[in-house]
Amino acid sequence: MSAGKRSNEPVVWFLFGVGGFFAAYFLPVHVLFYGLLFPSGLVHAPGYQQTLALVRHPLTRLYLFALLTFCFFHAAHRMRLTMSDVLNLRHLNTVLAFLCYGGAIVGTIVTVWLLATV
Amino acid sequence: MSDTIILEVARFNPESDAEPSYESFEVPLRPDWMVLDGLNHIKDQLDGSLAFRWSCRMGICGSCGMMVNGVPTLTCETLLMNYAPGPVRVGPLDHFPVVRDLVVDLDDFLAKLQKVRPWVVRKDDFKPAREFIQSPAQLESFHQFSLCINCTLCYAACPVYGLDPNFIGPAAIALAHRYNLDSRDQGIEDRLDIVSRHEGIWDCTVVGECSTVCPKHVDPSLAIQQYKLTATKEWFKSFLLPRGKH
Ligand code: SF4
Ligand code: FES
Repeated sequence: MSAGKRSNEPVVWFLFGVGGFFAAYFLPVHVLFYGLLFPSGLVHAPGYQQTLALVRHPLTRLYLFALLTFCFFHAAHRMRLTMSDVLNLRHLNTVLAFLCYGGAIVGTIVTVWLLATV
Repeated sequence: MSDTIILEVARFNPESDAEPSYESFEVPLRPDWMVLDGLNHIKDQLDGSLAFRWSCRMGICGSCGMMVNGVPTLTCETLLMNYAPGPVRVGPLDHFPVVRDLVVDLDDFLAKLQKVRPWVVRKDDFKPAREFIQSPAQLESFHQFSLCINCTLCYAACPVYGLDPNFIGPAAIALAHRYNLDSRDQGIEDRLDIVSRHEGIWDCTVVGECSTVCPKHVDPSLAIQQYKLTATKEWFKSFLLPRGKH
């Protein structure tokens, strides 16, 4: 890296940090309800139409967009660092960054598409 | 309980050895003896050729750091008794080139330390007419990070430094942060140019071992994470208001 050049890593770190917040505080709630409480019948599950109406609300769309995309970038950053350090693939850093963040960008596009067309 | 303990000490003489080996010595196990006292016993009574660094014997000079049973440790502060009945393995700090026996080459660390400008940097002609007033709260904000004794245990503990020798590393970043937080200092911009690079704070993956082994509770890991936040704020600021255009 050239002298005096600061890293652009703040961008991915910022996305990683915000994603970590969503992944720690909000994602478990979804897993709890949709993965455990609804399927087991402990809590009465909302019907399809009801859920659809909820998802179509602009605020829900906005929330789901934030939740999913930030979590994608959180996962991408974590995967990149895990692969580069734990698997000792530092020399492939550019490829790993391309694959991980590229994956998160694809995830973001799919999320936007799904939320826009649902 | 036996009143002696076996110390397995790393030996390496660059002039005759291809690689380090361990030599065992039996030393007295006294309740008030530190690991360093065991080493001094060896040097005084058993083998005067053993090389290791120490000075203050009170956890201040930071020169007696070694790997004790694989953990970076200040040997003048750690009771030999903790390792009874032994044996205890004492080696040079990990991740540094070995000069001889337990002595490592710290040039890399010292060069990095200097790079981050760990002193009060002023941009103006700083000649206050009276003493500079710093509130207890302002002092508190950096006090913890100022307790570093440059023992480099955190470098020996850091797996990232082990993988990437270019990493500026825990203590140097914690000290850079200490001066950034000092109300007298104006060097934050200069330091960001050095520290906010890939081989600076962004190389850290928050393993946290540096803070675990630090004998002075500096918590370099916390310093690095706080530094990342500062650097990110500055990055967004310079992105929105490019420097020199205002
Ligand atoms: S931060 Fe702690 S472990 Fe690292 S050099 Fe300073 S005192 Fe030693
Ligand atoms: S001899 Fe000075 S810190 Fe141990």
